[in-house]
Amino acid sequence: MNKSNLDEKQMIEFRDVQKYYGDYHALRGISASIREGEFFSLLGPSGCGKTTLLRTIAGFEDISSGAVLIDQGDMRDVPANKRPTNMVFQSYAIFPHLTVAENVAFGLRRDPRTKAEKQKLVDETLAMVGLSGYGTRAAHALSGGQRQRVALARALILKPKVLLLDEPMSALDRKIREQMQVELIKLQRELGITFVLVTHDQEEALVMSDRIAVMFEGEIAQLDDPEELYRRPKSRRVAEFIGEMNFLPTDVIGESQGKIQIEVAGLGRAQIEPGQVSAGMGAEPAVGFRPETMTILLDEAATQDREAAGTIAEVVYYGDMTYYDVRLDGVERTVRLSMRNLFGRPVLEVGMRARIAWSEGALILFR
Amino acid sequence: MAAPAWTRSETARGYFTLSPVLIYAVLLLAAPLITIFAYSFFKDGYLVIIHEFTLENYIATWSDPIFRTILLRSIIMAVVVTALTVLTAFPIAYFVSFHVRPSRKSFWLFLITIPFWTSYLIRIFAWKVIMGYSGVINSSLEMMGLMGDGRLFEDPFRMLTTLPAITVALAHAYAPFAILPIFVALEKIDRSLLEAGQDLGETRWTSFLRVTLPLAMPGVVGAVLVVFIPVIGDYVAPELIGGGKLPMVANLIQAQMLPLDNKPVGSAITISAMAVVALIALGFVFANRKFLRRPK
Repeated sequence: MNKSNLDEKQMIEFRDVQKYYGDYHALRGISASIREGEFFSLLGPSGCGKTTLLRTIAGFEDISSGAVLIDQGDMRDVPANKRPTNMVFQSYAIFPHLTVAENVAFGLRRDPRTKAEKQKLVDETLAMVGLSGYGTRAAHALSGGQRQRVALARALILKPKVLLLDEPMSALDRKIREQMQVELIKLQRELGITFVLVTHDQEEALVMSDRIAVMFEGEIAQLDDPEELYRRPKSRRVAEFIGEMNFLPTDVIGESQGKIQIEVAGLGRAQIEPGQVSAGMGAEPAVGFRPETMTILLDEAATQDREAAGTIAEVVYYGDMTYYDVRLDGVERTVRLSMRNLFGRPVLEVGMRARIAWSEGALILFR
Repeated sequence: MAAPAWTRSETARGYFTLSPVLIYAVLLLAAPLITIFAYSFFKDGYLVIIHEFTLENYIATWSDPIFRTILLRSIIMAVVVTALTVLTAFPIAYFVSFHVRPSRKSFWLFLITIPFWTSYLIRIFAWKVIMGYSGVINSSLEMMGLMGDGRLFEDPFRMLTTLPAITVALAHAYAPFAILPIFVALEKIDRSLLEAGQDLGETRWTSFLRVTLPLAMPGVVGAVLVVFIPVIGDYVAPELIGGGKLPMVANLIQAQMLPLDNKPVGSAITISAMAVVALIALGFVFANRKFLRRPK
């Protein structure tokens, strides 16, 4: 997340990209750029156009209007096989009739290097993805995680300017997925290649990316780094898609001395900074806050923060942390709070009264 | 009430459900084959069969130049027909699999199987009508004024009783047999493999050669076997289109079995031809083994 330098070279640029499938408007004027060497994610629910957008980079999808530039070059008439990109497919698309080494060497056919040099390169690439010694294996005899490594090696051996990853981890078990996430981040950092990842998993996007474009219905709703996206979602929809957020109905009372006075149901009157305001989608004003920004006060503990009170309605125990759904006094609404299960801290029970500490700085006003 | 004993064992129940097919296969396939095999080692005693073991029939068969000529002719014709059929079937199967909308595919397959609505015999007769001396082709050329004295073609073409005519008729008759296995193999190919081929620097054509074709090979091998084996033993086309002038192995067997009434030699020819066909088929499968090893 140190890539905010303005001189940073743009690797991919979308200029008002539009895509129609018949009457269906799949991409609605995408304009964005992806910097050289960054780990960029396209995040959104299925059908939001993220995969279509990725495929316009690879050259598998023509665009109806606009332009896609890779490394300053317009890709309009450049076919997929001539683009400086390589892709890791969702199904991995490992050639079933070839061995692991033949799969990895597939793209080297036109490479002028000698057979021995290519062999060495294949071995090195397999070692890089942790598959040393697997070269002679039949491709169909691999596990899902191994297939993904082969797909990765097959793409990276060609030293592309951009590596495209189409939901590469959606078919993996949780443990292997987390392991692959870390390995991918390391690989990207070592190689310095621009990675563009498509995912519907917000956690995966947050973990891996330098910047994330959140997409809904063929449009980019917000493009920011993970922290900004999580802390300052620009709309209620983004806030709901990324992580968890509680919403409480709110009245805006007025502004004074550059601060905004609000009356939040269940929490009472509060003052917030103009930076805490996000433009909503014309809906009723509401205040949002993340579960971890509020704390349940145990026993007679005092707080510097503001306090609210409620009754615990539901307890969801996760081992390292517990989620509490708390019904706030004076409002027919539960909010979800999360508490780390620190040593010595008891897990509370349903029906118990709870005092909640909160601070004005954690609130986001959607209006 | 306890179930009868034979229904209790899994294996017994399996055999029971299989029994109609099993009885059919034993009576109509295995029994005749065993009989023919046995006959090929018996002596022909003019009006009776002498049940004594002998290899004379095989010696007679293989030392007969007519048998060797006819077998070679059958093999060459079957190879040509198979090549022609599979090479024309592949583009059709490819088109239906890759360029027809999924919802229309079964309709196209239905169209392809329409020739099967007519009996094989009738289709061969139809070719006779088309290729006859005053058949559809010759009379059309005549009507268009292309044939006759001083015209483009002097005399009507003699098409029947030629090898090309037999080849064309057989290739047409077996086309659906070749299209379907190739279509099935093409349907199984994950389309993202073709995109992967292009993504890795290949053009459409070279990724066809490096990805689609090798993956379609199990279907092609199936098509080759399904066409080659029946074609080499075809009896009807050489008889009707060839007019008996270009006998193939099946016609030779028929001659030995019925007019010449030498069943032991007829059986020896049958077994010899089967062995040769089996060897060719196995050789072909072996040559393509690297495409067939892959599990589905």
